[in-house]
Amino acid sequence: MPAKKKLSIQDLAKIREKTKSLMTIRESEGRARVTVHMGTCGIAAGARDIMDALLGEIGKANIQDVIVTTSGCAGLCNAEPMMTVEVKNQPPVKYGHLTPDKLRKIFVQHILGGQMVADLVLAVGSETVY
Amino acid sequence: MKQYRAHLLVCAGTGCVSCGSFKIKEALEKEIKKRNLQDEIQVVATGCNGFCERGPIVLVQPDGIFYQLLQVEDVPHLVEEHLLKGRPVKKLMYVPPAEKQPVPKMKDIEFFKHQRLIVLRNRGRIDPEKIEEYIAFDGYEALAKALSEMAPQAIIDEILFSGLRGRGGAGFPTGKKWAACAKEKRSPKYLICNGDEGDPGAFMDRSVLEADPHAVLEGMIIGAKAIGASKGFVYIRHEYPLALKRMAIAIEQARENGLLGQDILGTGFDFDLEIVQGAGAFVSGEESALIASVEGRIAMPRQRPPYPAQRGLWGQPTVINNVETWATVPNIIRRGADWFQGLGTETSKGTKIFALVGKIANTGLVEVPMGISLREIVYGIGGGIPDKRDFKAVQIGGPSGGCLPAKLLDLPVDYESLTAAGAMMGSGGMIVMDDKTCMVDVAKYFLNFLQDESCGKCVSCREGTQRMYEIVKAITEGQGKESDLALLEELATITKDASMCGLGQTAGNPVLTTLRYFRHEYEAHILDKRCPAGVCKKLIRYVVLAEKCTGCQACKKACPKECIKGTLKDVHLIDQSNCIKCGACKEACKFEAIEEQREEAIQII
Repeated sequence: MPAKKKLSIQDLAKIREKTKSLMTIRESEGRARVTVHMGTCGIAAGARDIMDALLGEIGKANIQDVIVTTSGCAGLCNAEPMMTVEVKNQPPVKYGHLTPDKLRKIFVQHILGGQMVADLVLAVGSETVY
Repeated sequence: MKQYRAHLLVCAGTGCVSCGSFKIKEALEKEIKKRNLQDEIQVVATGCNGFCERGPIVLVQPDGIFYQLLQVEDVPHLVEEHLLKGRPVKKLMYVPPAEKQPVPKMKDIEFFKHQRLIVLRNRGRIDPEKIEEYIAFDGYEALAKALSEMAPQAIIDEILFSGLRGRGGAGFPTGKKWAACAKEKRSPKYLICNGDEGDPGAFMDRSVLEADPHAVLEGMIIGAKAIGASKGFVYIRHEYPLALKRMAIAIEQARENGLLGQDILGTGFDFDLEIVQGAGAFVSGEESALIASVEGRIAMPRQRPPYPAQRGLWGQPTVINNVETWATVPNIIRRGADWFQGLGTETSKGTKIFALVGKIANTGLVEVPMGISLREIVYGIGGGIPDKRDFKAVQIGGPSGGCLPAKLLDLPVDYESLTAAGAMMGSGGMIVMDDKTCMVDVAKYFLNFLQDESCGKCVSCREGTQRMYEIVKAITEGQGKESDLALLEELATITKDASMCGLGQTAGNPVLTTLRYFRHEYEAHILDKRCPAGVCKKLIRYVVLAEKCTGCQACKKACPKECIKGTLKDVHLIDQSNCIKCGACKEACKFEAIEEQREEAIQII
C-alpha cells in the first residue's frame, strides 16, 4: 500500500479489496477446501511438491477463498500423493497418484470450475466418522 | 501482505500476555521456520480473545481449531502434528468442565457460542497494530460514508434513532448528548474518549483499546464531524500500558494515512487527536473530573449543569463518551440504525460487554445482546460456579453497583431492570460470588474502596462513605449493634441524595442492595456474632477435628505463625492466641480435619 500518502475514499476501498481477500481465511469460509494428505507416505511420494504447486496456482489465479489444509495419511498409501477437494455444497472428492501437472488440471476444472476430473478421481464421498 | 495457507492467531491481550503469550508467539515462529513453513503459515498477535481463563490461547484458521493453556514446550509438537501433518492436537484443546471429550472448534465452545460480537467483532481476528487489517474488515468504511455522504445532522439523527446509550455507566442517550453539543454556536468544540476504567475486576475498555483501537478512533472522527469538533483527547489510565501503546500506534498510522489531521480522506474535514494519561484516581472516570484532569487540574467533579455539552473542556462545548460507546458508533453508521434498533430490548439497544470474573468457571470478556438473562451469562457462557459450590450473588456495575441474589438470576440485563433491582449497568463489571462469600464482607470491601476514592468535595460522600465503612467494619468484627442497620440505611440514602457526582450518588448501593437481599447475614453478624459464610476472621476460629486428624503434620508445616502443636501421628492442636486465621492449615490438610467454626458453634462446645 502507498506509504505516507494520504488516502482518498477510493484508496480505502482498494486497500480493503486487496487485504480482505488475503484475510478471508480468518473467517473459516471459502468456495472450496483442499486437503493435501501429508502423512509420511504422502510426503515420501511427493506431497510437498503438490502443496507447492497448489499454493503457486492459487497465487497465480489471484483467488483467496480456497482453503488449503494438510492432513495425515488417508489410508491408501499406494495412491499417494493424494488430496481431497471439497467444493461448497458438493461431496468431498479424493484424487490420487498426483503430479503437479495433474494438480493444475484439477485446480482449473474442479476447484475453479466446480466439475470434477473424472479420470483422476479415486473416490467420491468419505468414510463415516462416528 | 501475502497469501498464507494458515493463520495462527495468538491472543495478545493483557491477560494472555501475562501468561506468556509473546513467548508462545516467538516459539511458534521459531518452530515454523525450523520446519520451513514460514511462507505458508502466518503468526499474528491479536487483541484479547475473551476467554482469559484459558490463556495463552492460539486459534488456527481456517480450521477454526482452538488451543488453550499453551506452554512453550507444547509448541514443537503442535507445529509438527497440526501444521505439518494436519492432525489437530487433542490434548491442547478445551475440555468443558464435567466432560471428557475436547471441543476442537472455537465456534462450538459454549463460552463463545452465545456471544454476539459487534464492538468486539475484531477481537482475536486482526492484528491491532496493523491498520490494513482493520481496513480489510470494513474499517473506516463508516467514516468514508459519514464524511462523504452524510450531513452532520444526519449522523446525529442516525445515532439518536439507533437508541445507543452511553456504555460508561449512566446510560444517557448518546445521540441526545451529541445533539446538545452540536447546537452550541461557540467554537472550538472538543471530543473526549473516557478510558479511565477504574472498577475493580473490570477490563472491558482495556480490551477494546487493545484489540481494536482503530474502531475507537473511527467512532471519534465520525462524532467530531457530527458535532463540528476539531480536536479530541483519548484519556487512558496510566495502568494500561498495552492499551496506551496500541492506541499511540493506531493514531500514528491514522495520521500517516490521512485519516487524522487536515483534509481527512480528501473531504476537507480536519480533526486530530491526542492521548492523555490518567494518574490513577477512580473519580477521574466521572466526566467533569476527567475534564479537570485533562486541563491539568486535580480530578474533582463540579456541579452540573452546565453540562460538558455546553461548558466542557476549557469552558468549550465538549462531548465525552466511553470507549465502548465510541467503538459502537462506526458499526451503527456502517450497518444502519435500523439494524442496531433490532438488537436488544425496548429501551436498551445493541450489545454490552461484560468482564465476567470471580467464582466462575469461564473467567473472561463477553459481549452479549441487551436483555439476555443473568442466568444465561453466569451458567450458559460462564459455565457456572466451579468446585461444585452454589451461586450466591452477582455484583454488577462496579463499586457503585449492587449485589443481586439467586432469585434474580432470570432478570434481563438492561439499564432499567438493573436499576430497579438496586444495581446498575455501570461500565460492565460482573463479579460472581459463591456460597463461601460473606455479603457483609463484600459491602465492607466496596465501602473501603469508595471511602478511599471519594475526592472529598461533598461532605455527604466524604463522611458518609467513611462512617458506613466504619459501621460495616465493626459489624464484621462482632461489634455491631441492632440499631446499626437503620443507621446504615439512613446514611446510604443521605449520601445518595446529597452528593454531587455519580460516585457519591451511587455509593450507598453496595450497602442498600446487600441489606435488601442479604439482611439475614447482617443480622447473624450482629445478633449471633456469627459469620454464616465463615469469612469474617474475628467471628471464626480454626480447630482440628480430633476424629479426622491423622497427625501428618501438613498443617503444622503450612502454618506461618508456627502455632500448631503436635507430633507425628498424634492429633494436632491450634494455639488460638497466636492464630491469625489465615486458613493455610485448612488448605494444607488432605483429610478435611480442619474446620472454621462460627462463633455459635464454639459457644455450644
